Amino acid sequence: MTDVVLRTERLHLSRGTRPILTGVTLDVARGELVALMGPSGSGKTTILRAVAGLERFDTGTIVVDGVPLAGGAPIPAATLRQLRRKVGMVFQFHCLFEHLSALSNVCLAPVHAHGVAPAAAATRGRELLAAFGVEHRADAYPRQLSGGEAQRVAIARALAVDPPVLLMDEPTASLDPERREELGELLQGLLRQQRTLVVSTHDEEFARQFATRIVRLKNGVVV
Amino acid sequence: MRRFSHLIAILIIAGLTLDSRGVERSAVAAAQAPQILRWAGDPEGGAPFVEADPARPDQLVGFDVEIAGLLATGLNRTPEFLNIRFDSIDQSVGRGDADIGLSGIEDTPARRATMAVTLPYYEFREVLSVRDADAARFRSLADLRGKRVATLGGTIAYEILVRAERDFGLRAVSYDDDVHPYSDLVIGRVDAVLLDNVLAERRQRAVTGFTIQPQTIAVGHYIGLLSASNAPLRDAMDNILRTAMRDGTLERIFRKWRVWNDDQPKLYQRLLAGEPVPPITGLDTSVSVATMSKWDATKRYLPSLLQASVVTIVLSCLSMGLAIALGVMIATGRVYGGRLTRLALLGYVELIRGTPILLQLFVLYYGLAAAVRLPAFIAALLGLALNYAAYESEIYRGALEAIPVGQLEAARTLGLSERQVLTLVRAPQAFRLALAPMTNDFVAMLKDSSLVSVLTVLELTKQTQIFATNLGSWVIPGTLCAGLYLAMSLPLAAAARRLENRWRTPAP
Repeated sequence: MTDVVLRTERLHLSRGTRPILTGVTLDVARGELVALMGPSGSGKTTILRAVAGLERFDTGTIVVDGVPLAGGAPIPAATLRQLRRKVGMVFQFHCLFEHLSALSNVCLAPVHAHGVAPAAAATRGRELLAAFGVEHRADAYPRQLSGGEAQRVAIARALAVDPPVLLMDEPTASLDPERREELGELLQGLLRQQRTLVVSTHDEEFARQFATRIVRLKNGVVV
Repeated sequence: MRRFSHLIAILIIAGLTLDSRGVERSAVAAAQAPQILRWAGDPEGGAPFVEADPARPDQLVGFDVEIAGLLATGLNRTPEFLNIRFDSIDQSVGRGDADIGLSGIEDTPARRATMAVTLPYYEFREVLSVRDADAARFRSLADLRGKRVATLGGTIAYEILVRAERDFGLRAVSYDDDVHPYSDLVIGRVDAVLLDNVLAERRQRAVTGFTIQPQTIAVGHYIGLLSASNAPLRDAMDNILRTAMRDGTLERIFRKWRVWNDDQPKLYQRLLAGEPVPPITGLDTSVSVATMSKWDATKRYLPSLLQASVVTIVLSCLSMGLAIALGVMIATGRVYGGRLTRLALLGYVELIRGTPILLQLFVLYYGLAAAVRLPAFIAALLGLALNYAAYESEIYRGALEAIPVGQLEAARTLGLSERQVLTLVRAPQAFRLALAPMTNDFVAMLKDSSLVSVLTVLELTKQTQIFATNLGSWVIPGTLCAGLYLAMSLPLAAAARRLENRWRTPAP
C-alpha cells in the first residue's frame, strides 16, 4: 500500500468503564472499499464516528489524508475544519434535514460551510443527484423519499463538498436485494473516481461482492 | 387579585339569569336561615370601612362592620360577613350571595337604576390631593392640563376625571386600589389624586408629602346595596337607619372612626325631613349611561372600548415579540450554555413559573419604584414579556431537544459550525414544532394582558369593567368585550394555522 489515505493506530476508546475500541490499527489506501465487519458491539460504527470527528478517543492516532487527530484531547477547531473537507459520512438512517428539499440538503454545506455561490452549488447538486439517479426527486422532502432514494440523496449530500474519504454506516440495512445491488454498483463508480470508502456492514454477501478488502473486528480489535 | 377577565363568561350568564336566581335564592335563604344577615364587603379596603382587627385578626372592625351589626340587630338577625372583592360586590349581591353590600359603596344613578339601595348613611366630598410642592399651583382640575390625575377605576371620581379629560385636557389614570395612587403621587408618577375625603384623610395619616386641597369637586354618599328584588328588606333597613340617624347611633359610630363632620347632620336632617337626596352633586348625571337606552350607552362606550382594544393588541404584540426573543435566548442558553449558565437560567424559569404574574407585575412597578421608576406601559410590557419568556423558553427548549441527534451530527460532518447547526438545521425545525404552542400562548397573552390594569394601564377588560359599573350590568359590556377579544384572537389563530400549513413538512 503506497498511498495510505486513512490510518488508525492503536486506537483506544472507552465509554465510562466499558472499553469499545482496544487498539485498532488500520490502513486504508486511496481507491479502496474497505468493509468493516463484525458482530454488534464490536466497534464498527465507533471507528467510523471517531474518524469523522464525532467521537473523542482516549489514546492512539488517526490520520485522514494528512490531517492528524490525537487521542485524549478535544480536536482543535482548525483541525476539525480540515477534517470536514476530507471525510464525508452517510448515516444508517440517512439523517436528512427534514425541513429542506433533497436539493437543499445537498447544497446546504457547500453554500454555508464552504462559501460556494448558491447557483453554482445548485448546479453541482443537481449533477450529483443526477449521477445517483434521483434528480427527479430534487424538490421532494425527505419524508416523501423512499429508503433507497433517501440514501442516494444522503450520499450526494456527503459528496457535495468533495471529500476523498466517504464513510458509510450499515448502508444495506434497509435495502431490498435489488436496491442493494444498485448501491454496490454506485459505490463501484465512486471507487473509479479514486474515492476511498469505509463501510460498516453485517452484510457478508454485499461485502464479498463489492469490497476490495474485508476487515473483521471483535471486541474492539481487528482480528 | 383575581381579575374579571377570567369571569366574564360566568358573569354574562349570571347577568342573564340574575333576576330569577336572585329571587329564588333569597326566598330559599329566607325560609331556611332567617336569623342570618349575610353582608358582603372587602377587607382589603381597610379601615375605617372594613378591616381585620390588628389585635384579633379573625375579627373585623370598621364603621361598615358596625353598620352591618346595627342593621342585623334591628332585623333580629346575626350578621355574617362574606369576603367579596370590592369591584365584584354589585354582582355578588345581584346573584343573591349576600343580602347587602357594605364597603364604602358609592350611591350612583346606575345603582339606583339597577339595584335596591338604602338611604345614604354618610356624605363624602371628592377632593384633590397634590404634592406639597404643587399645593399652590394645582388647586382645581382646571389647573391640571396635560397632567396625570389618579383615582380608583369605576368610581364617581373616575367619571369626573374622564369628563375633565375632555374639559380640561388632563389625563385620567385608573388604579385598582386606593393606596397606590397616593404613593405614586408622592414619588411623582402622577401629579394629583382625586378620591373622597375619607380615603384621602386616611392616607394622609400614613403617608406624608401631599396636601389635600380644600375645594370640593363633587359630593357623594355611601349606601348599602341590595338586589333589586330585595326592596322590602331595603325598606326595613331604611327604617333602622332613620332611627340610628335620629338617636345618634350613626354619629357615635362615625365619631369612633374619626370621620364624623358637619356634613352628616345636614344630610340626616334632609333625609329625616323626607327631602330627596341626589346620588351625586357636582357631576352632571343626566348623561349617565345608567339612565340612557342600552343602545345609546353602547354607542357612548364603544369608542373607548375600541381604544382599549388597541392598547390590548399593541401591548400583547410587543410583549409577545419580546417574550419570544428572550425565550429563544433562554432556551439556547439552557441547551448550549455551560453549567453555571444553565443553572442560572433554570433558576429564572422556575422563579417566574413558581410565582404569580400579578406579584411579578407589582414588584416590577411598585416594588422597584424606589430604584427604577418605570412608566406603567413599559412596566406592563416588561412584566408580561419576562413572565411569558420563561414559558416560551420551555417550549423552545423542548422543541430544540426534539430534533434528532443524528441530524445534528450529519450537519457537523458536513462542516457546519455549531452556530450554523443551530440556525440552519436545528432552530428552523424546532420553530415548526413550537409554532402551535406559541400561538396558544399568544392568544393566552391577549387575555392575560388584562392583568396589567393593576399597573394603571387601561386595557380592554378594565374599560369593560368601568362600562359595566357605570351601566349597572355586565350583559352588554361583557358581550362586547368577548366579541372584541374574539375579533383579535380568531384572526391570530387563523394566521398561525396558515403559517403552520405553509411550513409543515409535506407528508409522504
